[in-house]
Amino acid sequence: MALIELLDLSKAYDGEKVLDEFNLTIKENEFITLLGPSGCGKTTTLRIVGGFTTPDTGKVIFEGKDITHMPPNQRHVNTVFQKYALFPNMNIAENIAFGLRISGKTDQYIKDKIKYALKLVNLSGYEKRSVDSLSGGQQQRIAIARAIVNEPRVLLLDEPLGALDLKMRQEMQYELIRMKKELGITFLYVTHDQEEALTMSDKVVVMNQGYIQQIGTPEQIYNEPENAFVADFIGDSNIIDAMMMEDYKVKICEHVFPCIDAGFGTRKPVDVVIRPEDIIIGKPGEGAMDGVVTSNVFIGVHYEMCIQAGGYEWLAQNTTSYPIGAHVSIDVIPENIQIMNKPQSEDEEAISLDD
Amino acid sequence: MTRSLKSIFSGPFLIFILCGTLIPMGVIALYGLTDRSGAFTFDNVLTMFQGDHAKALGLSLALSFVSTVICLVLAFPLGLILKDSKLGKKGFMVFLFILPMWMNFLLRTMAWQVLLEKGGVINTLLNGIGLPDLQIINTPAAVVLGMVYDYLPFMVLPIYNALVKIDSNLIEAAYDLGASRGTVLRKVIIPLSVPGIVSGVTMVFVPSLTTFAISNMLGGGKVNLIGNIIEQEFTASSNWNLGSGLSLVMMVFIVISMAFIDKFDKNGEGNLI
Repeated sequence: MALIELLDLSKAYDGEKVLDEFNLTIKENEFITLLGPSGCGKTTTLRIVGGFTTPDTGKVIFEGKDITHMPPNQRHVNTVFQKYALFPNMNIAENIAFGLRISGKTDQYIKDKIKYALKLVNLSGYEKRSVDSLSGGQQQRIAIARAIVNEPRVLLLDEPLGALDLKMRQEMQYELIRMKKELGITFLYVTHDQEEALTMSDKVVVMNQGYIQQIGTPEQIYNEPENAFVADFIGDSNIIDAMMMEDYKVKICEHVFPCIDAGFGTRKPVDVVIRPEDIIIGKPGEGAMDGVVTSNVFIGVHYEMCIQAGGYEWLAQNTTSYPIGAHVSIDVIPENIQIMNKPQSEDEEAISLDD
Repeated sequence: MTRSLKSIFSGPFLIFILCGTLIPMGVIALYGLTDRSGAFTFDNVLTMFQGDHAKALGLSLALSFVSTVICLVLAFPLGLILKDSKLGKKGFMVFLFILPMWMNFLLRTMAWQVLLEKGGVINTLLNGIGLPDLQIINTPAAVVLGMVYDYLPFMVLPIYNALVKIDSNLIEAAYDLGASRGTVLRKVIIPLSVPGIVSGVTMVFVPSLTTFAISNMLGGGKVNLIGNIIEQEFTASSNWNLGSGLSLVMMVFIVISMAFIDKFDKNGEGNLI
C-alpha cells in the first residue's frame, strides 16, 4: 500500500524551476533513494515531505490524507540532517530525549528508549557525553538515534553520510541497512553518490533538473539505464551514437553487432550504453573491431584502459593489463549492449550530460 | 632578534598602559584608602553604604536594572525579527539600529532634554491635540528613557550576532522532532543566544550604573545617581579621597559583572564590539 504519494509537485525558486510536476509513490517499509546531481530537486522533494518547504503546486498525500500544508511538528516523519544538527546546549541523552519529552513520555520510557537507541547505533554508554566530544560519524549516528526514538513512519535522510570520510561512509552504509531491517520503517534517502544509492536502496529514483529520469531497482538502474543521463550518472559508461538497422541488429562505429533488442524500427538513430567491464579485449583480428590502447591506469581491482577503435575511444576495464600502444581487438556480447531511444520531447531535452 | 623587535613595537602600548591605566589606578587606590592628612582609612570606601550614598547606589542599581531589562525586552524580539526577516538587507537593518551610536552621546541625551522639557516639543504636540502634559523630565523615568535610548544598540548587536549564528538546521530539527514555536524558542533559541544576552546585559548595565551625564541632563539635579555623587565629590566638594573611595567600590561592582560575563561568554561573543 502506498504510504506517501507525491502528486504533481512543482517548486520554483526565484523563477527557476527545481521541481516540475513531480510524481512519486513511496510504499510502506521501502528503502527509496532520490539520486541525482546537485540542483536536481532531490533535497527540495525531501524538504516538502518533511514539511520545511511548501510546494507551489501539487499535493503530499500521507496514508490517504493531504498533508501538504501541515507543519513539520505534526507530521509522522523525522529527518536526519546532513550536518547532524545536534543541539550543542544539550548532552547526548538530552538530544535523544528531545522529541520524547515533547510527546510527554514517562521518564522510565525515555530512559529505556535512549538506551535502546544508543545500542542500535553502537554507542552504548554515551548518554552523558557532550556533542562536541564526538566525531562526525558518531554525531551522525546520534542524529539517527534522535530521529528513530520517535518511531516515525518515515525516516528522511538528507545526504547523511556526505560529511564523512570514505571508510566511515562505507561502514555507515551497512549500519543503515541493518538499522532499516531492525526497525522496519520506511527510509527516504537523498544522495548524489551513486554507489551509496545502489548499495542500500530497494528502489532508486534518478533525478535531473526536477524530472525523474528513471525509477527502478539498483540492478535495473545499473544494467538497463533508460537514457544517456542515467547511464552516464550511474558509473562509467561508453555512451555511443548508433543506428538500429533492424530488430536484433545495431550498427556501432560502422560495425554491425548482434543485440537482443527489438521494436526500435529500422535505420533509427539510438544511444547505446556499454559498461567498461563488459568490453572483451583480445588479440587483433579476434574481436569485432581492432584498436590501439591509448591509456592504462591501475584503479584497484582492475586496469582501466582507453582503446581507440572504429573512431571512438572506448573505456574498458580488465584484470589483464594491456600496455599503451598495444594492438588489441574489442568485442561485446549481445546481452551487454543496452539500447536507448534518443531524447525526443521537451522534457527529455532537459536531460543534460554535463551535470 | 624577532623577540627584541616585538618588545620594541609593544613599547608604546606598554607605556600607555602604565601611564594611562596602572599609575592612575594606583593613585585612586592611594587616595581612596587615605584621609586628607594621608593616614590609612577604610572610611571613604565604607561611606558608600551610608546615608545619601547608599540611597544613590540603590537608585543607580535599580535604574540600571530597569533599563537593562527594558533593553533586553526590546532587543531580543527585534533580534528574532531581524534574523528571520526575508528583506535580504539584514545588514542595512542592523546598520539603522546602530546608526545613533555614530552621533555624539551628549548631543543625543540633550536632544531628549529638549523633547521632554515643560515647553518642549512633545508637550507642545500633546497640548495641541488636547492632551495633558507629559511630566517625566527630571524624574527617574526620564533617566531610564535616556539610558535605554543611549545603550539599546549595545544590547541589539550582541544578541543579533548570537541569533544569526544559530544554525537554521537546529531550528528545523527541533520542529521536526515535534516542538512547537514556544518550545523551539525556550529549548533551542534562547539557550544558544545566552552568550549574546550576557554580553548585551553587561554592556548596558555597567555604563548605566556609572553614568552621571544622563542623570545630570534628564534628571535636572533631582535624580542623584552614584555617578553624580562621585562627580560632585571631585568637583563641588573637592574631596578627592571620598571620590576615589567611592570609585573603588564601583570598580569592584564592575569587576564582579565582568566575572559574570566570563562565566557565560565562553565563545567571546562580547568581543565583537
